[in-house]
Amino acid sequence: MTICESNVAKIEAICKEFNNDKGELISVLHKAQNTFGYLPEEVQQIIAKNLNTSLAHVYGVVSFYSFFTMTPKGKYPINICMGTACYVRGAERVLDEFKEILKIKVGETTKDDKFSLSSLRCVGACGLAPVVLVGEKVYGRVTLDGVQEILDEYKEVSAAPSEY
Amino acid sequence: MDTISIKIDNKNFQVPKGSTILDAAKSVGVNIPTLCYMHLHDLNTTHKPTGCRICVVEVVGRKNLVPACATECLPGMEIKNQTIRVLNSRKTVLQLILSDHPTDCLICAKNGDCDLQSMAQKMGIRHLYYEGEQSKYIKDRSPAIRRDMDKCIGCRRCLTMCNEVQTVGALSAINRGFMSVVAPAFQMNLEDSVCTYCGQCVAVCPTAALTEIDHTVKVIRLLADPSKTVIVQTAPAVRAALGEEFGYAPGTLVTGKMTAALKDLGFNYVFDTDFAADLTIMEEGAELLDRLTRHLDGDTTVKLPLLTSCCPGWVNFFEHHFPDMKDIPSTARSPQQMFGAIAKTYFAEKIGVKREDLVVVSIMPCLAKKYECSRDEFKTDGNPDVDFVLSTRELARLIKQSGIDFDSLSPAEFDHPMGESSGAAVIFGTTGGVIEAAVRTAYEVFTKQKLHKVDFEQLRGMEWVRESTIDFNGTPIKIGIAHGLGNARKLLEEVRAGKSQYHAIEIMACPGGCIGGGGQPLHHGDSNILKARQKALYSDDKSKTIRKSHENPSIIKLYDEFLGKPMSEKAHELLHTHYFDKSNSIEITDN
Repeated sequence: MTICESNVAKIEAICKEFNNDKGELISVLHKAQNTFGYLPEEVQQIIAKNLNTSLAHVYGVVSFYSFFTMTPKGKYPINICMGTACYVRGAERVLDEFKEILKIKVGETTKDDKFSLSSLRCVGACGLAPVVLVGEKVYGRVTLDGVQEILDEYKEVSAAPSEY
Repeated sequence: MDTISIKIDNKNFQVPKGSTILDAAKSVGVNIPTLCYMHLHDLNTTHKPTGCRICVVEVVGRKNLVPACATECLPGMEIKNQTIRVLNSRKTVLQLILSDHPTDCLICAKNGDCDLQSMAQKMGIRHLYYEGEQSKYIKDRSPAIRRDMDKCIGCRRCLTMCNEVQTVGALSAINRGFMSVVAPAFQMNLEDSVCTYCGQCVAVCPTAALTEIDHTVKVIRLLADPSKTVIVQTAPAVRAALGEEFGYAPGTLVTGKMTAALKDLGFNYVFDTDFAADLTIMEEGAELLDRLTRHLDGDTTVKLPLLTSCCPGWVNFFEHHFPDMKDIPSTARSPQQMFGAIAKTYFAEKIGVKREDLVVVSIMPCLAKKYECSRDEFKTDGNPDVDFVLSTRELARLIKQSGIDFDSLSPAEFDHPMGESSGAAVIFGTTGGVIEAAVRTAYEVFTKQKLHKVDFEQLRGMEWVRESTIDFNGTPIKIGIAHGLGNARKLLEEVRAGKSQYHAIEIMACPGGCIGGGGQPLHHGDSNILKARQKALYSDDKSKTIRKSHENPSIIKLYDEFLGKPMSEKAHELLHTHYFDKSNSIEITDN
């Protein structure tokens, strides 16, 4: 496991902000994830050391809460709403279509680090059900055919990044 | 103690105020079943996760059943422990626990010694009502401990031992819901984690989720190989516990029967680790006196306190958690490894057997010993000083498999020359014993006077941390003792902070010392068993004519014929070791 010095300093600063108190583990993890986007093993190890708790305990907490993730999110994180309204209007089939096309499961990231897939509960736009979010952008009334169209939008960005 | 009146199943009882229904019931002889609760009274350890829900009882006036382990008794409380509703609820709870549990009891390592199996038997389970989804975890084999998480019932006793008592932190509950399981960080193998192999998780596991790595079959094969000379050594704590596996009361010494059984099993020589314990005192004692004399002469570079190094779980612990202090413990190898080193040199030469044809088997109360013997520094050209370690439980299985009727065995004696030992050696098996043995010898060497009273009661007991000052004829020697790695940690932190006042500290990883080792017959949460074993070792010591290690004639002869004197060059080569930094540090790059 390796980690660069400046990132170690960042984690140490976060821990210190919470007085290196092991009771604040969740807050520390939360902040660390906001900083790094995810919680790789190295980050957890440094947190464990600074909070004077075991690595197994830190990992126990990380693996318990679905909010915490150990896989880096893609450049374009895709979120499919699985709230009741979206669900009854076919969100699951939409999700399956994303899985099929991207060849990843929920919680995973494509090999080129471009897309990651997750589901969430109700974004409060039930009138648009089923709803898909890519990053901050909202897509409503998504159909199965619409899935490829959404992905294609990001294909162009990646193919010619110099234009932007 | 304040008491209150309660009723259990219409009988009146006086119970301690503030106690839970479960503890109160136990105090008046009423049994409430449980699968997760554990209370090690003498060790001040309570595990109360309210996880299994087997202990539910009815409380008159309350609508729902309550868990007895987590409900406090109140004055006048009426408890029902035997109603149909209670019994049926417990059965349903047990059925649910069984619904995802493998049913391979016939071929399970814990067959006959499993809390879940005996609970199912007691409750008369004859059908499995619910068929749940079965988990399929990869079996994890370390050099000492096997993990089969398909058999975990989520009692989490192992977590209390690993995190609270031992403060090792190798295990944690991870994931959630059905996927929740006990595992090391990132679900790595135990071998790659900070596990010390103390085996206390194994000692309290109610099922076969955590068991020892079984080497009985390998030993049986070697015993049947005519080209091998197979010798065995037995640790002090084994003789005080092996009998329990054959129905003897805890604390029954079965040294003679054990020796006879080992001879019947076909071991060519049956020796005693106690012999090597005496040898350890010669070396560790000499090291202590060397450091002490230099310290008293004003040498400020000398490292004190001297920490004992007989316990391999403890060695693993400081290598993982206190690597900055790895030059403080004694360099003396453990008795097991001293025995192996002498057996494969001095003894092999004596009987004219080549090293590779001599097999050394240890019977140990300990699982960390299984790992210890596999360490590279205890090998010569790849051949280990100790080939295999069997736990006390494995020896019992070996005896049972061979059809030996343990009860009818006539006691036999250990063989010579590595079977002779002093009373000081036999108390190595209990907390306080190693340092008492060291004091008996160190006193006489240091003061050049005869020690008449060899019993140091002030060093004995079960308290987690004990201390005492021994008068070495005008020089006060401060002794610290800790058992359980969590207590060792406390003393070690004092040493690290420069606040320690001790000259020597004895540390044993397991609660009670080796008598409570991870390889011993299971105590099922009854710490009285540990006390009985401890008493047995002290009475064994008392019954011996020779009670000081340096008076053991075989040890005197070993130095005369082979080693020269303690801490000689030869002794250093064979009987001392060095330690490693095993902290799992991560590499930090510039950018």
